[in-house]
Amino acid sequence: MLSRVAENIYWLARYIERVEDTARLVSVNANLLLDLPRGIAPGWKPLIDISGANELFEEHNKDYGERQVVRFLLGDRRHGGSIISALTAARENCRTIRDIVPREAWEQLNGLYLFASDHLQEGSTKSGRHRYLRELIASVQGLNGLLDGTMLHDQGYEFLLLGRYLERADMTSRIADVRSGTLLPEADELRPFDTIQWVSVLKSLTAYQMYRRSEQIRVQRGPVLRFIFHSDSFPRAVRYCMETVRTGLERLPQSDPALRTLGRLARSLDAVQLESLSHIELHDFVDELQDGIAQLHQEIATIWFLPLPEPPAAEDS
Amino acid sequence: MSHEIDWTEYASDGFYDELVAAPGEPREIARTLLADIGALGGEELAARQEAADVSIKEMGISFTVYSEEGGAIDRAWPFDVVPRVIPLREWQRVEAGLKQRVLALNLFIDDLYHEQKIITDGVFPREVLAKSVNFREQCMGVNPPLGIWAHVCGSDLVRDADGTIYVLEDNLRVPSGVSYMLENRMVTKRVLPEIFEHYAPLPVDDYPSQLFDTLAALSPRPADYPEVVVLSPGIYNSAYFEHSYLAQQMGAELVEGRDLFVDDDDCCYMRTIDGPARVDVIYRRVDDLFLDPEAFRPDSALGVPGLMRAWKAGNVALANAPGAGVADDKVVYAFVPEIIRYYLDQDPIIPNVPTYRCMEPDALKYVLAHLHELVVKPANESGGYGMLVGPASTAAEREVFAEAIKKDPRNYIAQPTLKLSTVPTVVKKGIEPRHVDLRPFILSADRQQVTTGGLTRVALRKGSLVVNSSQGGGSKDTWVVSEDVPGEPMASSRDAAERQSQTQD
Repeated sequence: MLSRVAENIYWLARYIERVEDTARLVSVNANLLLDLPRGIAPGWKPLIDISGANELFEEHNKDYGERQVVRFLLGDRRHGGSIISALTAARENCRTIRDIVPREAWEQLNGLYLFASDHLQEGSTKSGRHRYLRELIASVQGLNGLLDGTMLHDQGYEFLLLGRYLERADMTSRIADVRSGTLLPEADELRPFDTIQWVSVLKSLTAYQMYRRSEQIRVQRGPVLRFIFHSDSFPRAVRYCMETVRTGLERLPQSDPALRTLGRLARSLDAVQLESLSHIELHDFVDELQDGIAQLHQEIATIWFLPLPEPPAAEDS
Repeated sequence: MSHEIDWTEYASDGFYDELVAAPGEPREIARTLLADIGALGGEELAARQEAADVSIKEMGISFTVYSEEGGAIDRAWPFDVVPRVIPLREWQRVEAGLKQRVLALNLFIDDLYHEQKIITDGVFPREVLAKSVNFREQCMGVNPPLGIWAHVCGSDLVRDADGTIYVLEDNLRVPSGVSYMLENRMVTKRVLPEIFEHYAPLPVDDYPSQLFDTLAALSPRPADYPEVVVLSPGIYNSAYFEHSYLAQQMGAELVEGRDLFVDDDDCCYMRTIDGPARVDVIYRRVDDLFLDPEAFRPDSALGVPGLMRAWKAGNVALANAPGAGVADDKVVYAFVPEIIRYYLDQDPIIPNVPTYRCMEPDALKYVLAHLHELVVKPANESGGYGMLVGPASTAAEREVFAEAIKKDPRNYIAQPTLKLSTVPTVVKKGIEPRHVDLRPFILSADRQQVTTGGLTRVALRKGSLVVNSSQGGGSKDTWVVSEDVPGEPMASSRDAAERQSQTQD
């Protein structure tokens, strides 16, 4: 497998995952706001906090209104994390590896891109949004299904999994961090709304139903955090993602340095007592986790991807 | 029920139409096709055309065009659903003619890079070679596998008003279009299934495996399973779609220059996640001058440093071989009939477009006297630059050209203006004639193979002769059909409507 192709498959998977995660996030936030009383509703800013693109957002928008935030996340081409940007990048990536990706998958991605850009206007309205996002999520699921079901499960597929699950682990941890850190004070009288918010965290990961099945306990902070960080059977939980990445790495050549980095990451994930962490401590932990994920990405790039072109030699002074 | 198409209203004034001999009078080979299409009716045909356009968009069949500000954009491939039909017997003659031509061209190229006997024997003038921009000194004395230089040739054929098929030019560097030939067939099967089935044109689908066999035959390591790659300049090249398509269809790696390197052992390797992997055959879609910065343009980042070294050492095969482009020079073209006679001792099966070589005094005299009716082309320009189109020129322009030709007659050729044949084509108001040409592809290695038909390019604008896709040209499926199975018209429009409703059930 060519290094450049491996790199392109990896990024293709990351971009596709980003589309789905962002669509879920917007969709769930809209639902959450309908359930919360106006006074304590966190509004739309947390979504930009999750994306980490506050600076860029504020450059082009006066306030964190619903319309502005949704447009920014769905259709702003200046924002690399927007759905339309991620789809554009995924499509460009896929174009360069059309010899590797099954034709149906290319057609599905191409169709998804066309749908997303042709219907962006409707997707940005309150009434059209739900259908638009549902369609995006279903299309990404369809695309992932096509890839899983029709692509050779060779090294290329391992890179697809690496990209998908690293991006997913990153997004899951961001959602947990922002949702738990900035939303509500820990006060008794707010308990019912607190529950609603944790339900929304679960729902943005499509984890609510599975949480119920797996935890059989009412929705509250500790068990929710445990579920989305530590579950080894829920496919959007951080540990599950890490285990999938490990399996992928083990099947690839020369993966020792990456496996060592992953090992450190997994040990700190295992060691953390999530229930006992305060908001601040949880935030620090997530920061650390994200650094670890970034480092793992760097490791993967160094081992397998094309070397960057050498910078021109500096002249001796 | 939609209205049947009335072929008596179809007139291709003064031009040869590939399907219609005269208004209301189909050519024998197209008799049932015209009846079938006529029975579909205008509305249904328009619906099928729309279905084709949607299919092409969804399938992502595209080509890349450049714009000044916007960089490269992807455009859907323009396609017309009415196929062009060629009788099998006529095609067999054309096929033989193309094989003959490319065989002679390969002998010619090999000779030019070795003894140059054809020059010594006075058949091909030395000064024409001296003026060739595609002749590569660096290739002198190189012996590519099997002695073949042009492994993939795309020759453009046109049919003049009297029905004669001519070769207009040979493309021996990096000819494109074959992927669209394959995609056109796929789309046609999707949108005109019943007519297609009824007609059963010869298949075109085996081209990718023939191409792979051609390339594999060049491998320097014949005992092993050869590693064949397609070398593309990358995503912004106008033919990128084709590069990735062919790689995909052949199961070969699609590589860019930065994926490859040549090591101290003069072998070529690609960078893989398992480390370097030896490459045996490169189907290169990068122009000569960008192939190897060590040998050609040092500023090129598209190529692979040392590639020429590896090629000359025989450690990697390049298709087409560097330097093969020497034979698609316009003045060289004018000598192809002599080239065929010299190397094969045969008469050319397909004629060249009559061409006046201004370097010859008689021809020069004729050209200068008839500038108003000729097309004059300089030898070393391409893309229509520096041409004089006589019938569309002013007296002043002709004056300027006459001076230029007299000053350097060796640099010019002249041809009569051609009347390209037409094919019925779907337009807003029904169906009208549009001009076409044809580009078949000829593969040469241990044996020669020609595509069944080829890519028909069509000038979609009324009256236009420009078939180039970046300038409003489109394409059609090309059917080679045996005369022995003429078939009867499928049905009246009423039956067609019934059949339509049955398939919907």
